Amino acid sequence: MTRKQRRLTLIGSAGAVLAIALGLILFALNDQIVFFQSPTDITQNTMPAGQRIRLGGLVEEGSVEKSDNAQVNFRVTDMANAVAVTYKGILPDLFREGQGVVTEGVIGPDGVFVADSVLAKHDENYMPKEVAEALKDQGHWQGGEGEAN
Amino acid sequence: MIVELGHYALVLAFALTLVQCVLPLWGALSGDDRLMAVAPPVSVMLFVLVLISFVALTVAYLNSDFSVLNVLQNSHSAKPLIYKFTGVWGNHEGSMLLWVLILVFFGALVGFFGGNLPKDLKAATLSVQAWVSAGFILFLLATSNPFERVVNPPLEGADLNPILQDIGLAIHPPLLYVGYVGFSITFSFAVAALLLGRTDAAWARWVRPWTLLAWCFLTLGIAMGSYWAYYELGWGGWWFWDPVENASFMPWIAGTALLHSAIVMEKREALKIWTVLLAIFTFSLSLLGTFLVRSGVLTSVHAFATDPARGVFILVLLCIFIGGSLSLYAWRAPMLKQGGLFAPISREGGLVLNNLFLTAACAAVFVGTLYPLALDAITGEKISVGAPFFNLTFGPLMVPLLMAIPFGPVLSWKRGDLHAASQRLYAAFGLALLFALVTFWLWGMEKVLAPMGVGLAVWVMAGAVSEIVTRVKFFEIGPKRGFARLVGLPGSAWGTVVAHFGVGVTVLGIVTASAFQEERIETMRPGDSVELSGYEVTFDGAAPRRGPNYTEEVGHFTIRKAGAYVADLDPSKRVYTARQMPTTEAGIHTTGFSQLYLSLGESRGDGAVDVRVYYKPLITLIWIGCVIMSLGAVFSMADRRLRVGAPKPAARRKAVQTAAAE
Repeated sequence: MTRKQRRLTLIGSAGAVLAIALGLILFALNDQIVFFQSPTDITQNTMPAGQRIRLGGLVEEGSVEKSDNAQVNFRVTDMANAVAVTYKGILPDLFREGQGVVTEGVIGPDGVFVADSVLAKHDENYMPKEVAEALKDQGHWQGGEGEAN
Repeated sequence: MIVELGHYALVLAFALTLVQCVLPLWGALSGDDRLMAVAPPVSVMLFVLVLISFVALTVAYLNSDFSVLNVLQNSHSAKPLIYKFTGVWGNHEGSMLLWVLILVFFGALVGFFGGNLPKDLKAATLSVQAWVSAGFILFLLATSNPFERVVNPPLEGADLNPILQDIGLAIHPPLLYVGYVGFSITFSFAVAALLLGRTDAAWARWVRPWTLLAWCFLTLGIAMGSYWAYYELGWGGWWFWDPVENASFMPWIAGTALLHSAIVMEKREALKIWTVLLAIFTFSLSLLGTFLVRSGVLTSVHAFATDPARGVFILVLLCIFIGGSLSLYAWRAPMLKQGGLFAPISREGGLVLNNLFLTAACAAVFVGTLYPLALDAITGEKISVGAPFFNLTFGPLMVPLLMAIPFGPVLSWKRGDLHAASQRLYAAFGLALLFALVTFWLWGMEKVLAPMGVGLAVWVMAGAVSEIVTRVKFFEIGPKRGFARLVGLPGSAWGTVVAHFGVGVTVLGIVTASAFQEERIETMRPGDSVELSGYEVTFDGAAPRRGPNYTEEVGHFTIRKAGAYVADLDPSKRVYTARQMPTTEAGIHTTGFSQLYLSLGESRGDGAVDVRVYYKPLITLIWIGCVIMSLGAVFSMADRRLRVGAPKPAARRKAVQTAAAE
């Protein structure tokens, strides 16, 4: 093989691998990303059924109902609208009424959000950033800047 | 007083870095020996000063000196002694101080052990290291001073985040930082080479051991972090593709590529320009990781209380170091001489393939981690890129790489013979096929990917072993002489085998723990049992208990298998008194390499409690594999060739030069 051919092989294979990687990334970005929505977004927009979303807001006071089989129902609110959520599993340690929460899942045909993951936070005064901003949009944000960390 | 001393030592260290930034480099560029001689003693002095500063902060923590703001916010007098000590780096300021300590420690190592380096390269390297140190010490002093005092100190501190009150905090951050920051030395070497306009044999020989050292610690640090999250968070997962995890994973991938390309550069003097670029990229990714984790753009347990000024400061540092080194690269890299031609099918070719896939995989992780941040900053749209994205991009890129791993070491340098190489791998291939078929036979079409994964893992492990077995012709010459030859193999050959074997072990753990995991979520009352993977888990009841700085509700469970007693497990739900913060302590029972994992939900009042039970087959292999990988790095570092002061035989150096000149 000549020097030129060797170089071409190298560049060719590099190009091929990068093209594959790029293809995979674009395909996955198109398909696998999850949009963040507030309860107001969900009530106003009609998302296609089965579309995965992240729903964030506050756990509505007095809305948490636990039943057997580790099933939990609660409502997530941004103080303007609320969405009913159902979840089977162990709630995070810091899940409490009136606190910020982010859930991920799909909206069922009955309009109830079926969550497969519920995230609270690692710190007692941490508010998920998306939730803080969604609440600000609704004009219900009272916390100081320090709470957004 | 001691606290002020620590603060003063840090200021003094900053002043010294400024001297170190200029004088030795000036000396190296102008050929002035006296200026170059400044570098080694100053590098050691810098380390001593930052160490004094670190010890001062540690003393404040051990004495629970709440007049120091940092101690007040992150410690508590009732906290066990070990957490008072580890709490030093369980907060933003202290962890940055540890970061800087390790940074100057590496500088001191080069200053102390760099006796056989060319003088100008050593001086320039230490200067570059000092630039980085100066940036981060200034960051500490200006935005995150750990020595700030409070005027009227309260009697009690706010305590450490309970999640961090674990032995993991003693191990994970120091290991991770030695890894992360260790890449600063290869970065400094690379920038110094660019400044001096040459990469000679000494440069090539020095880069690899430093890369190996950093990589070894980073591997352990990531593995430890993963295991810590696994048992402490109570979610039963070992990797979440969380941006913070990715922040440490990206330098690891780039570092893995770097330590492979450094082999080519050392042995064949090829890929020089690429290796220099990789060295810059690897540390840039470490810096990026520090930015992501410390600036507060991400929300996680690693992002302590944030202050916008800090994020901006690190971002500016990031731009200066990454932008500066890449511009320097663009300007000076064409001056570096390329050497060593090779055919596409050769050891070099295999290592290039490794680099291609690793860089592509690193790019995929990079996009997935930064795309949501960029989108939020530009359009304000909030999205999340989670595990599905990474599984779909990172996974497929790893499969061809794993398939290719066993071929690399059996190919010869310069021009390899794929057919002859494959013959040495028949046995490994047969074994892999056997395992894949057995897995398929046991589980059938239910889990289609599992047999492929198991086969791939066995292929990597068996391929690694068969490389040395065929290399010493173990079966041809009989076991006695075979063993003698195996022991006589150079450390780097063993390093390759052990590290590649470790990769296979980790892959096996990942495949089995993901494919064959069983999970049950139940609301249990005392006396209830659940069955899972042949185990019977009985809930006996819950009782309160008091710890030193927490109270907990402990659930008592008995595990039986076929009626016979196996173990007791006591998972609990703790509430830490000072912060009123609850945490989950999982109960884990290890049998062989598999684990039974129990975590409690909130109790429901009437004695019932939500319980999550997992059976995770072979899961510990994931972390054991990482330990084996870093052991491989240790073997490689022990190689005589890399030992400091072991010069290359003149005859071989000549041979390499003539080969390069072809």
